[in-house]
Amino acid sequence: MSPKKLNLKDKYKLLTRDLDWEFSYEDRKEAFPYEEFEGIKITDWDKWEDPFRLTMESYWKYQAEKEKKLYAIYDAFAQNNGQTNVTDARYVNALKLFLTGVSPGEHAAHLGFAFTGRQMGGIGARVAAQMQSIDELRHIQTQIHAMSHYNKFFDGFDEFNHMHDRLWYLSVPKSFFEDARTAGPFEFMIAIGFSFEYVLTNLLFVPFMSGAAYNGDMATVTFGFSAQSDEARHMTLGLEIIKFLLEQHEDNLPIVQKWLDKWLWRGYRLLTLVAMMMDYMLPQKVMSWQEAWELYFEDAGGALFKDLERYGIKMPDYTDTIKQEKEHLSHQAWWIFYQYTHAAAFHTWTPSAEEMDWLSEKYPDTFDKYYRPRWELAAEMEAKGERFYTTGLPQLCQTCQIPMAFTEMSDPTQVVYRESIYNDERFHFCSDPCKSIFDNEPEKYVNAWLPVHQILQGNCGGGGLDKVIEYYHLEDGVANLDFEGSPDAERWKDWKGVA
Amino acid sequence: MTIEIKTSTLKPIRNTYAHIERRFGDKPATRYQEATYDVHSTHNFHYKPLWDQDREINDPSRTAVVMRDWYDLKDPRQFYYGPYVQNRSKMQENAENNFKFFEKRGLGESLDSSLREKIIELVIPMRHAEVAANLNNMYGTAHGTGTAVTQALIYEAMDRFGNAQYFSKIGLALDGNTGDSLATAKEHWMSNPAWQGVRAYCEKTLTIKDWFEAFIAQDIVLDTLINDLYYRQFDEWLTQNNGRDLLLLMEFMQDRAKDSQRWSDSVLKVVVSESEHNANQVLAWISTWRIRAQEALEPLASALLGDKALADAFAVLEKRLTKVGLNC
Ligand SMILES: [Fe+2]
Ligand SMILES: [Fe+2]
Ligand SMILES: [Zn+2]
Repeated sequence: MSPKKLNLKDKYKLLTRDLDWEFSYEDRKEAFPYEEFEGIKITDWDKWEDPFRLTMESYWKYQAEKEKKLYAIYDAFAQNNGQTNVTDARYVNALKLFLTGVSPGEHAAHLGFAFTGRQMGGIGARVAAQMQSIDELRHIQTQIHAMSHYNKFFDGFDEFNHMHDRLWYLSVPKSFFEDARTAGPFEFMIAIGFSFEYVLTNLLFVPFMSGAAYNGDMATVTFGFSAQSDEARHMTLGLEIIKFLLEQHEDNLPIVQKWLDKWLWRGYRLLTLVAMMMDYMLPQKVMSWQEAWELYFEDAGGALFKDLERYGIKMPDYTDTIKQEKEHLSHQAWWIFYQYTHAAAFHTWTPSAEEMDWLSEKYPDTFDKYYRPRWELAAEMEAKGERFYTTGLPQLCQTCQIPMAFTEMSDPTQVVYRESIYNDERFHFCSDPCKSIFDNEPEKYVNAWLPVHQILQGNCGGGGLDKVIEYYHLEDGVANLDFEGSPDAERWKDWKGVA
Repeated sequence: MTIEIKTSTLKPIRNTYAHIERRFGDKPATRYQEATYDVHSTHNFHYKPLWDQDREINDPSRTAVVMRDWYDLKDPRQFYYGPYVQNRSKMQENAENNFKFFEKRGLGESLDSSLREKIIELVIPMRHAEVAANLNNMYGTAHGTGTAVTQALIYEAMDRFGNAQYFSKIGLALDGNTGDSLATAKEHWMSNPAWQGVRAYCEKTLTIKDWFEAFIAQDIVLDTLINDLYYRQFDEWLTQNNGRDLLLLMEFMQDRAKDSQRWSDSVLKVVVSESEHNANQVLAWISTWRIRAQEALEPLASALLGDKALADAFAVLEKRLTKVGLNC
């Protein structure tokens, strides 16, 4: 009998699955202690379908090739002062938001996947999570390096990690990832692996990377292309994890549904920052937030939920709210930053006449009616030397930590206020879903580090706003305030030979 | 003559990120520095981990070892992601050529059958032990403090998974790609008395709660002994016993072990030189785990190399520890 050679699939199995073994000397539960407390039931890890088949040797090979090319571009970018080729210096503020708000999230994802890559009981799932973990490490590091050159020529980048732990609006992404990492391993996988990486990634990653492409930012767009194949792997892992959990046991369905409801909303709220970046911060616009939402969530996400229907999964019922909010979100968000520009690590501005026309065209039902008058007034006041600031501190939503500025969709002049009482204390929310997320786990969310509360308690430098800004390492008059008149703007004029 | 291309120069307003400047001064930084220092979040955490309610999500107290600055544990190889994958990619290219050569020349077939059996019984089961190494290092990545050490730990973890696959590939090179050798090797791992000590040791390490203790039990105690037994003593044995061809297939693991030891030596040294508290804690761990290792490795080492082998390996461990200032 001639020996039967292995096919690729079986070979991969031997190189991964078969490496694990049944314990004889220790209780396996001691080695994987967090598998059960969330209530998820795994009956057979062998049913896991490998989302991609990559041995370590091919991983090293492909990734090394990609890194080599990426850093060649970074070097060329720096040598040729690529930063002078962007459409306009205002664009760079999107990158500041990215480095301070998004990049540290890559590192959080790296640690989260390291945790699940260690703690899940099935080796197939573990290996996939480990590869994602090291990929996410790649992303934070290559992003730091991509921004390194910008940091040498623009303000607002240099304190990115100090700020991420402290600055008020950066608690939105920070708390998002910490919420996921402090959850159990399976919730993390649904939160970041599926909801974020699979469902929402096109709404985060693509706008920034396309924004870079449209605005002449060679370094960032090259990073985007280089990370694309990593993201493709992450998406297949996200899809596999949800299918696997749903196929393992029917009792998993309500748990997974609850997580989906929570994480799609958490993710959507986080994307507020992206919405405003797309509509207000890019000098050369890619598409409107509304268009992106329709394309990537309503169309693509709709098809996905159809597919998940056979497991009993339902589209979260707040998606109608989002549908209405999509015409308001970016305008309300940029207005928040415009008012608090003195405490932000990027510059703000009022949209130009052409930009307002673009916004009217993209948001025919809302922009002219609610937002154009506000921006025109702001511009007018600015021209008179009476630039409008809000100096009071806003109330933050206990869940998503965004200032309470979102309005009722039935009446866009009325700010939403929801509240819950827990242990005799009153907590405030920006929306019904944020309230119900809190109500499901109040003991978790009472621990949120809310920047405004902390300022009021004197934990952010104590004293007045000047002390807070110092605590943030926000150099007043340099990294904050309006773009016009900023050192960034002056340097840009200098490079471009404009007086 | 050199030609000089003129590029327009703009004067930078700063050399590097502020936290790098605070550490190293106002001068251009290396990519390793920017990719590594202070990347871990350290302040203002939001929620208590549901799986560890007494600690923060990033919490230095997940080990008994204490450092004023965890970034002192820098990697002498200066690996951040890019250099790491590029370095391993070169090594794997070499390994790939070795495997190709081995197969093309039919070196597996010309192997003496008792030697082949010895490899399947006493070498290939290492593929399972390497999975424990993978998990123990991943544990440190997830629970450790400071990107300097946590990134090096994930490189080590991925390396060890690579090792597990290389050991498996040796089996496939010997069994004509049928996988039979791997099935046999797994039986040895599961029930051959020579392996049960090591398997029990591996299972035990996976229940360790303190991530630095896991590093000690795995990367220092067990690995020093295994590296010496397999990549030095067994290497010599193969040379003397008509097994030279097999060395080709072990080269990756051997080179990698050397490279990794440079890093783990430096981690150990910095931690024990930090304070007496650390040195005592590390010594306490070492004394427990070396007793377990002695018991675990005795049957395997004598089956593989004879009775004296383990004592030789322990002498190497001793030397390694003395070198970093630990006298056991
Ligand atoms: Fe990423
Ligand atoms: Fe990703
Ligand atoms: Zn909210």
